[in-house]
Amino acid sequence: MKLSREEVLHIARLARVALTEAEITRFSEQLSNLLEHFEILQEVDTEDVPPTAQSVALKSVMRDDEVAPSLPPDDILANAPKREGDCFRVRAVLE
Amino acid sequence: MTNMQLTIHEASRRLKEKQISSTELAKDCLERIRQAESKVHALVTVTDELALEQARRADELIAAGDAGPLTGIPIVIKDNMCTKGVRTTCSSKMLENFVPPYDATVVEKINAQNMVTVGKANMDEFAMGSSTENSALFPTSNPWDLSRVPGGSSGGSAVAVAAGETVCALGSDTGGSIRQPAGFCSVVGMKPTYGRVSRYGLVAFASSLDQIGPLTQDVTDCAILLNIIAGDDKRDSTSVPQPVPDYTQCLKADLKGLRLGVPKEYFVEGMQAEVNTAMRAAIGKLEELGAEVEEISLPHTPYALAVYYIIAPSEASANLARYDGVKYGYSYEAKSMWESMEKTRENGFGPEVKRRIMLGTYALSAGYYDAWYVKAQKVRTLIRREFDEAFKKYDALVTPTSPTVPFKIGEKMDDPLQMYLSDICTLPVNIAGVPGISIPAGFADGLPIGMQVIGKPFGEETILKVAHAYEQATEWHKRRAEV
Repeated sequence: MKLSREEVLHIARLARVALTEAEITRFSEQLSNLLEHFEILQEVDTEDVPPTAQSVALKSVMRDDEVAPSLPPDDILANAPKREGDCFRVRAVLE
Repeated sequence: MTNMQLTIHEASRRLKEKQISSTELAKDCLERIRQAESKVHALVTVTDELALEQARRADELIAAGDAGPLTGIPIVIKDNMCTKGVRTTCSSKMLENFVPPYDATVVEKINAQNMVTVGKANMDEFAMGSSTENSALFPTSNPWDLSRVPGGSSGGSAVAVAAGETVCALGSDTGGSIRQPAGFCSVVGMKPTYGRVSRYGLVAFASSLDQIGPLTQDVTDCAILLNIIAGDDKRDSTSVPQPVPDYTQCLKADLKGLRLGVPKEYFVEGMQAEVNTAMRAAIGKLEELGAEVEEISLPHTPYALAVYYIIAPSEASANLARYDGVKYGYSYEAKSMWESMEKTRENGFGPEVKRRIMLGTYALSAGYYDAWYVKAQKVRTLIRREFDEAFKKYDALVTPTSPTVPFKIGEKMDDPLQMYLSDICTLPVNIAGVPGISIPAGFADGLPIGMQVIGKPFGEETILKVAHAYEQATEWHKRRAEV
């Protein structure tokens, strides 16, 4: 299992993380090594074994839809890098 | 014995008998922090003003006869649990200046007990790591040997307890992040059953594995703190509506009739000889105390590392998608929206976090999802079933916490696989969702060795009982690091 430079760049784009040249080289090696180790899973017979998403047997936990106070907008927006009125300010999505 | 080395139960008794005040306890911790921090670097934030204010309030309650078992007791909180008005960094540049507008459920609970928060603890960035070296702020040193790591990711919490900067601490454990540093620092650390403690307000890493738990000086303290933080929470839909017993009631010195399994796969190749020797001695002690001990086999154990390092990074890659530089946290200002986001994440995340986001994104991506992610989830089922089977015959399982004593700072930083292997004994416990506790079980050349006791789902009482009986029959937990 060897990850090419192109594959690393493809994953980085999916994850929306920019990488430096050094990181591209390093991750290509390190991720390849890890995936090589992880290939031992292929020796396990999982025919008819259901996947486990989490270990608690709870299903569809619902609560009553009760009206309760939310945090004030000023509290929420206090950590916003950019704010406009009661909104988060973002860069234009469409140019 | 100075004040800051008091256990919760001893400090609580002295507070009630008015031998000391909470303010004195808090000041002692803050003084100890001033002495030790320049050596161990366990804390990201020291909350001295808050601590003294909370201590004053606790002293009023004690004077009025309104004190509970934790009133006025100093505590340190891992810096991935939201504290209203107190910076919560996750030891990441991404959240370096993040001040939460609300408290995590566990923080609400310890505040309701009028505990005294003395600081927020350093950790591996976003709880990803086994040594606290991945903190983007600074590394933490092991108080038993400053050139060695304290374990991780709750390294700051474990060190704060071991170095006497606090009476107790909270950590979080996704693959061993409470138990492994507890073992490395010779303190007690428990990961409760998945769903036992609310995760509301815990910054998410891998949501199906994360669990909050106590780090304390002894097993009695662990039970006392668990009493308070355990329980159902309507704000965490994975918390379980199971009654919370009084965990201190199970602490009896006798293990007669208890059946303990020792899974041979946990005595791995590459395990340090001294750890093996200490474990054999500890198992002998458990037999002396009346337990029936048998070697067992959990044959899927060797697959746990691969299962964990596919599932945890996959969940992390989804959870950490929220750090986009828009709502909170570090934000890079570039020309376009996408460039801003990519640069924000490039600069805001450290190398290990990026590595795991990349690994998880890969395992979840088109064409690889079934081969990696679903495959890992299926093997997860097999690991769970193996634990279920073992617990039909045994009340608890006993293993080393880690295959080695604490390693040197820097030793494993360039080899992720070697670093990941230090969690080999703790990962399966999170994969199965069962509870585990690490307790001091010896030393090799002055470096701590931990023993792990694993229980069935919601079997916290049994593992506390085993841990307590062993602790009372040994002296390891009484040794203190000199810093």
